[in-house]
Amino acid sequence: MTDPTTVTSDKPVASPAAAEAAVTRSRSLGADAWYDLRRRPLFIVAATLIGALLVLAAFPQLFTSVDPTVGDLSRARQGPSAEAWFGYDNLGRDVFARTIYGTRVSIVVGVLATTFVVLLGAVMGLIAGFVGGWLDSLLARIADVFFGVPFVLGAIVVLSTFRQSVGQSVIGISGLVIGTIGLLSWPVTMRIMRSAAIAARSQDYVKAARALGAGPWRIIVRHMLPNTIAPVMVYATIALGAFIGAEATLSFLGVGLRDPVVSWGVMISEAQSYLRTSPHLLLFPGGFLVVTVLAFVLLGDAVRDAFDPKGRS
Amino acid sequence: MGRYVLRRLLQLVPVFIGTTFLIYFMVWALPGDPLAGKCGDQACPPAFIERMRVEYGLDQPILVQYFSYLGGLLQGDFGQNFRGQDVGTLIANTYPVTIKLAVVALLIQAVIGLTAGVLTGLRPGGFLDNVVLTATLFLVAVPVFVTGYVLQAVLGLRLGLIPPTVPANPGFLDLIVPGYVLGSLSLAYVARLTRTSIAENSRADYVRTATAKGLSRNRVVGVHLTRNSAIPVITFLGADFGSLMGGAIVTEGIFNIRGIGGLIFESIQRLDGVVVTGVVVLLVMVYLLANLLVDVTYALLDPRIRLD
Repeated sequence: MTDPTTVTSDKPVASPAAAEAAVTRSRSLGADAWYDLRRRPLFIVAATLIGALLVLAAFPQLFTSVDPTVGDLSRARQGPSAEAWFGYDNLGRDVFARTIYGTRVSIVVGVLATTFVVLLGAVMGLIAGFVGGWLDSLLARIADVFFGVPFVLGAIVVLSTFRQSVGQSVIGISGLVIGTIGLLSWPVTMRIMRSAAIAARSQDYVKAARALGAGPWRIIVRHMLPNTIAPVMVYATIALGAFIGAEATLSFLGVGLRDPVVSWGVMISEAQSYLRTSPHLLLFPGGFLVVTVLAFVLLGDAVRDAFDPKGRS
Repeated sequence: MGRYVLRRLLQLVPVFIGTTFLIYFMVWALPGDPLAGKCGDQACPPAFIERMRVEYGLDQPILVQYFSYLGGLLQGDFGQNFRGQDVGTLIANTYPVTIKLAVVALLIQAVIGLTAGVLTGLRPGGFLDNVVLTATLFLVAVPVFVTGYVLQAVLGLRLGLIPPTVPANPGFLDLIVPGYVLGSLSLAYVARLTRTSIAENSRADYVRTATAKGLSRNRVVGVHLTRNSAIPVITFLGADFGSLMGGAIVTEGIFNIRGIGGLIFESIQRLDGVVVTGVVVLLVMVYLLANLLVDVTYALLDPRIRLD
């Protein structure tokens, strides 16, 4: 790294002023990572993109006054024009409005699926790693069952099974997709958390806490969790982008989100039959999808580098 | 080593039972009657339904059905679907194409990914490094079905370089573009993994020794550095082989390949639970065994790693 301040801090301390600077520079891993992150151009680009997408998701009506579900068949599949920047889809609905409104569902699905995966995986992993023994083996085997099932195939089976029981409501359909993605992905966070917990269990600070009379609950929550959560959070950032892509893939296959819900995956799925004559139907939602996933992957890369002290030279 | 393999194989048993039960139960819980619409426009006569239910064991409780299925499976019998087709034959008809596709995808990943990784890992921070890094970011970000449709539309329909769909009995050449589409995501990971591995190992002592011995740069990089750096990549590729076959469903749909993904998709829509369970179980077993094989190979390739 070319940052001059980091270079000086590596050298032996020469003057009292420098010693004082070195003392003030001692930070926790999280603060250090944050300090590092703010200086990375890729992180700034990714964070700006994600910020813009979050605004789109929170206030879609600021960007378009058109109702995304109103169609007029007389303008079906018209190309982009001054009235409709992204053109109209097969039912004459405004593609721009649909893309803007689709941001919300895509991001909400990504965020909730990630939260689900992190919560479930982290709890199981912490318990398995901390308790060990037969409980660890049992949880590890359960994780293996879900880990071995191929993601797309497993998702098709789960989604088809519960398709009718969730009905036609937006919340039900989205909830099912979120649950399915989470159900098939939690073993990854569980494994990450478990190995981090096993490494932490034999550390001195855990022994010290135990010697001071702390109960297992207190050791897990106050001592082990803050020290083991970093790798899971790094995975979560990258997974968020992947889950948004997974939602689109499932919707594309016709088993994920469906019509009353407006999402990029639904739009791409509807576009596939008209690809040769109206490529704009694929281009705009596909472009938004790619940019979003890219932003989260970039963010995840930057966060991983910031949390990995070995990567800094 | 033998003990390790044995223990891993024993660990597979509960996973096998858990997976089969999970999938069997879910497919069994699929809404709808698999025997509906078997007699054309009219409703089936009750006697026929009664006989079919007994023949397929649908009158038994789910646990009994599951264990009799499991018993057949252990003897290599995948059972029959509701049209009287043998599931083993259905799998035998579709599986080879999917394997072929996965092999092509794996080869493309290995060749392009390793080359890009070695070239960039030797000169981190150079122009080529930045190009490859950006390219891998886009490969990761673009979903497979978008890549597939764009390549099909541009190469197949606009330029006419490839047939837009793959013929019935495809050779390896027909599968190059679908294989690239299928492997594009992992291609990016292979390139990045190789790059990191090469960049790390190029500072290792054995590389310095080889250079100090007076070996040519090609020999140092080609024999000493690449072979050692390829170990994590090979294990990644091995583990990826299993997931490629499970993930091939999207690619197969776009390029109209009659593989295992299409078989599952049709079977779910027809409520053919036996076929779905059979194929998923097969893929899970392939995946788990591939992972075991990878772990064993890891120890063989890198003697510093001991399995116990």
